Amino acid sequence: MTAVPVAPDRGFVVELDQFSGPLDLLLHLIREDEVDITDLPIAKIADQFLAVINELGLNQAADYLEMAARLLRIKAQLLLPRRAGDDEWEDPRAELVRRLLEYQQIRELVDWMQRAAARRAEQFGRGFAPEPAAAPPAPLVIELNELLAAAERVIALIPEPMLHRVVPRPLDVEGATAKIEALLAGREQLAWRDVVGARATVVDVLSAFIALLELAKRGALTLHQDGKFGPIVIRREPAREAA
Amino acid sequence: MSPLAKLLEAALFAASRPLTMDEVCSLDPQAGEGTVRAALSEVRETYATGGHGVELVEIAQGWQFLSRREYAEAIDRAQFALRPRRLSPAALETLAIIAYRQPVGRLEVEEIRGVDSGAVIDKLMERGLVEVVTRGEGLGRPLLYGTTPQFLEVLGLRELDELPRLDELSVALRPPAPAEPE
Repeated sequence: MTAVPVAPDRGFVVELDQFSGPLDLLLHLIREDEVDITDLPIAKIADQFLAVINELGLNQAADYLEMAARLLRIKAQLLLPRRAGDDEWEDPRAELVRRLLEYQQIRELVDWMQRAAARRAEQFGRGFAPEPAAAPPAPLVIELNELLAAAERVIALIPEPMLHRVVPRPLDVEGATAKIEALLAGREQLAWRDVVGARATVVDVLSAFIALLELAKRGALTLHQDGKFGPIVIRREPAREAA
Repeated sequence: MSPLAKLLEAALFAASRPLTMDEVCSLDPQAGEGTVRAALSEVRETYATGGHGVELVEIAQGWQFLSRREYAEAIDRAQFALRPRRLSPAALETLAIIAYRQPVGRLEVEEIRGVDSGAVIDKLMERGLVEVVTRGEGLGRPLLYGTTPQFLEVLGLRELDELPRLDELSVALRPPAPAEPE
């Protein structure tokens, strides 16, 4: 079975490394373009924002997607025609600009706080040398008799042997489904043996059986069995018959 | 030094964190606050002028002996001192918002940052930099957070009002001056 190539899940890594959020990314773009924050060229910024989150894999993060949607909505609102001299009209960018300015203040505070913390770290108070490591515990001395007595006590505590134990075992129906589909991609007809393999466990058999029934229900295959306990034959994508 | 100054010196030496004014005053219930302040100045002067490797610093609403700045590099190089862990930009952003808006709820922090901030706030609480100070009005009576004395200590501040005032910040992307009419 060929492994499906999975895109590396790096959305959060990028977020931590480079940007602490969508507003941070927006500010970065605005700075790079050297545009006026109070007169944002929304169409341009929105396009760049989308390009970056696609490139960095940030489009998995809901916060970035929400911002992308917001940008596109503002872009659309700006395209709507408005009457000349309409005093009621409010710039759809206003709210975003207000948030950006506010966030920018926070970033400036962060810089200030980083400098303050770095300056504080130049001085050490008492307790900055860690405690010495504790001496290793003395080696354990055990008499054989004590050990046997202890073992007896433990054994005495074990209740009557249990005759029946129900152990939940996870069925891997998805895995079995994938396996069957892979097999059917190569061949038109399968035997039960092909599906479960030679040394199938109970879990394998149950998983495969449920997967087969499910696939049959979906119409991906048909199942045939001539008689009781006869061999099960699995066929791919049958021609649809009228019921 | 006066007997009171020596007593304060002893207590401040033994403490591994800043001692608050109340704590310092409780060392000698007879002495008034003015006397204690004078004694504190005496200790500070003694260490400042007597050629010492440590100094008495006013920090986090209290006083603490700290090594002098000029030895930072040597102590750091010897690598036996525990360095405080640095805060991530996300943690600092959250901390800045809480410091300025306290008491403030998680939703307001998230609104300003534009990202989910619950985990960051939890981490700041774990490090003792913020704490729940009260509950807000409104739906579900949300927890409201504020900064702790530990926050002041990490930044080396005496009081919260040493933080820059918001109107003192230069906004780097200030709107350009209105165009001259032609």
